[in-house]
Amino acid sequence: MSVGESIRRVDALDKVTGRAKYTDDLADKCVLVAKILHSNIAHGIVKKIDTSAAEAIEGVVKIVTCFDVPPYRFPTAGHPWSTDPHHQDVQDRVLLTQHVRFYGDDVAAVIAENEVAASQAVRAIQVEYEELPFVLDAQRAMEPDAPLLHEAYPNNILGHTNIRKGDYEAAIKEPGLIKVEGWYETPTVQHCHIENNISYAYQEGQRITVVASTQIPHIVRRIVGQALGIPWGDVRIIKPYIGGGFGNKQDALYEPLCAFLCTQVGGRCVKLDVSREETFVSNRVRHGIRSHIISYLRPDGSFAARKLECFSNQGAYASHGHGIAAKGMGAFPQLYPCDNLECDAYSVFTNRPVAGAMRGYGIPQAMFANESHIDDICRVLQMDPIEFRRKNMMPVGYVDGFSKNENYVDSLGQCIEKGKEYIDYDRKREEYAKDTGPVRRGIGMAIFWYNTAVWPISLETSSCRMVLNQDGSIQLQMGETEIGQGSDTAFAQMAAETLGIPVEQVHIISSQDTDLTPFGLGSYASRQTYVGGFAIRQTALLMKQRIQQYASEMTRVAPFDIDIVDGNILRTTDGRVLMTLGDLATEAIYSLTHSQHITSESTYQIKNNAYSFGCGFAEVEVDIPLCKVRILNIINVHDCGRLINPALAEAQVHGGMSMGIGFGMSEQLLFDEKTGKTLNDNLLDYKLSTTMDHPDLVARFVENFEPTSAYGTKSLGEPPAVPGAPALRNAILHATGVAVNTLPLNPHTLFAQFKEEGLL
Amino acid sequence: MHEVQYKLVKCTINGRPVQTMVDVRASLTDMLRNDYRLTSVKKGCEVGECGACNVLIDGECFNSCIYLAVWAEGKNIRTLEGLLGPNGELSDIQQAFIDETAVQCGFCTPGFIMTAVEILETGKEYTRDELRKLLSGHLCRCTGYENIINAVENTMHKRLAAKK
Repeated sequence: MSVGESIRRVDALDKVTGRAKYTDDLADKCVLVAKILHSNIAHGIVKKIDTSAAEAIEGVVKIVTCFDVPPYRFPTAGHPWSTDPHHQDVQDRVLLTQHVRFYGDDVAAVIAENEVAASQAVRAIQVEYEELPFVLDAQRAMEPDAPLLHEAYPNNILGHTNIRKGDYEAAIKEPGLIKVEGWYETPTVQHCHIENNISYAYQEGQRITVVASTQIPHIVRRIVGQALGIPWGDVRIIKPYIGGGFGNKQDALYEPLCAFLCTQVGGRCVKLDVSREETFVSNRVRHGIRSHIISYLRPDGSFAARKLECFSNQGAYASHGHGIAAKGMGAFPQLYPCDNLECDAYSVFTNRPVAGAMRGYGIPQAMFANESHIDDICRVLQMDPIEFRRKNMMPVGYVDGFSKNENYVDSLGQCIEKGKEYIDYDRKREEYAKDTGPVRRGIGMAIFWYNTAVWPISLETSSCRMVLNQDGSIQLQMGETEIGQGSDTAFAQMAAETLGIPVEQVHIISSQDTDLTPFGLGSYASRQTYVGGFAIRQTALLMKQRIQQYASEMTRVAPFDIDIVDGNILRTTDGRVLMTLGDLATEAIYSLTHSQHITSESTYQIKNNAYSFGCGFAEVEVDIPLCKVRILNIINVHDCGRLINPALAEAQVHGGMSMGIGFGMSEQLLFDEKTGKTLNDNLLDYKLSTTMDHPDLVARFVENFEPTSAYGTKSLGEPPAVPGAPALRNAILHATGVAVNTLPLNPHTLFAQFKEEGLL
Repeated sequence: MHEVQYKLVKCTINGRPVQTMVDVRASLTDMLRNDYRLTSVKKGCEVGECGACNVLIDGECFNSCIYLAVWAEGKNIRTLEGLLGPNGELSDIQQAFIDETAVQCGFCTPGFIMTAVEILETGKEYTRDELRKLLSGHLCRCTGYENIINAVENTMHKRLAAKK
């Protein structure tokens, strides 16, 4: 048994000794260095670029401008390609652009012998723009007179989808209904992985190799091919260890540009190492979403009708497109089913940094709105928030018509019970309600559900390869990527479990190389342990069959009477150990009668999805005069099915909780209204949580094995980041009676709100 | 041709006396990574905000990205690579990071461990809140810091118990 044990991470030793190599550690010392010239206006057309002064700088090898790049438009989203043109991602990027659409867009690039020369040359390039008006707010951008970013998208609307169920207009006429309405707004935040995006590229023959810090090597291969207009097979992507991703590296960022620059200097190795400031402005950010919710309730606390409108700030380019807002909207009617619904979600282009995937993919924004609104309802109805949720939340037996996801057991109820008990909810809810002084305590909570992987919206597939060594150990190769979450360890445990060998005998190859690694889509959508599990189990069973067959040849025992247990070949009829797997493997390779290198490889296409559930509870102390909030206690409870590695699962939840707290309390990117410039593009002014900004993080689990899953598991990667912000907001509401509907809940936000409500 | 100014820097790195010519504009991060290939010294911001490049200089922690290489003259510098014992044994704090699941992507890990070394070498007992403050110069996006603080705290208690 290996699944279910808290074994040590397979990569921990290399990471605590400094032996683990990341992209920059592997780059040759003598690489050429590339730097990008970013626009210093929010919207305009490049009229002229004068590179003469820059070219005169010693060490400059080549300057490439927006007038020199190939004409191919390409998509950047880390989605599986669709062979149906109607389902393909929006192709709105070129490598360098003549039409700049945000402050920080990519206009030109310098390749130089060293970083200093490259930086000096970037500063020496003179760009002449024709400036155009710009717009930063999503709803403002939808107005008829707003500046247009992309001609193909009138009113700047990249996407608009809706849900209609029952008859909202008729339903709200029911007598005696109580209306609750609110606007909820989440800020633009950034992933802040500690390793910035970096890549380097070199040519061998006509082919280009790009070594990159990416979550999605096989997808980046396709996008580099599309961007350069070359056959996809001419591109090779290598992904070494990476220093975090959180969705930012689920886009092709600068890998296509790096590959192109390499071709412009005769295939010499070119490195494009992005600075922290560029990571904030010119990579991807989380969509800021403004949501408007109206609920009509009966006095018994049941929903009669609900309406939702979401306005998602897409920034300047489509990236992941409308998927984020659509996913957030989709969560709304499933969490609290209601017979009469009107939901609309809009993704709107603005002249702001490009929004893409970020841990939770629209659900943290949606749950902030949704779960804040539920507590607003409870205040009006004077109902306990947990009682209200239990009455209205997704019932056991609920099946979603589209995904076919099913709520098999009362996971939400079990999670709530566990969290409630841990934090002593009932007693504190009552006790804190009595607080009246300047410093008051409060307790709040929020629930959520989350999908596992992307089926049926997109393809779900995973491939795996196993190779048996002479000593009975195996190499395991997956197209799915280790980005810090611990998937390599979980994969090794799964392979060991099905094959019947000790986990130490599984050597997982952490790096992906698109020339060598079986096809996989990569790390996103909390998919990997779920989808990877199918491919591993199927491939391990194939491998086992071959081993049984070979053992049968050697021993004349029937294959069906042979099993592998703890690395030994066993006769199952009496449990006798016939030989070790190592003995068999050595014989199989060196046999003079039947030499066989035992390997297996297979692809599994997954046509299932699974609901993952959970909740968060937060206890706060609010200093009203100082507008400061101290988090006293915080807990997340998850049902992600069977825990493959409980210690790693817990660690994953800690990280998500910290991100949820940052989203709730302190993080936001600020933009200058006059220029569109990002004002706090650094880790000093952007308030990422430090060790001092939250209390001990508590993670608990409920384990209801997922019936559709190869190993009983389902999504856990993103869900931990979801409930923190609404739980904290609801705790502040409990403490102060003030419903704060704008994140982050920092003193700036609270001061305005407390003042308005007469607390100050 | 523009003449780059170089200077000979002699120092001790991980117990070994070394010397090399460095560009006077180079940071200590550059020197450690490029000249000595000590790639545990990571670059996360290059302006002293994230702590990924942290190393010990004469027993004290510094963000090496904002410390000039030429200032290292005569100094005793320690990086994560220097923590292993003579036969490759892990130090107690490295083992604790493994055992407490304090490692995820691993990019901030070297910097954190070197600050932990500084804390542990004081031989003092700190409260958990004090440890939080002492570790607050490092940013991590994966772990929520929980297990990192546990690793440092547990190692501190073990060392203090061993002294008694």
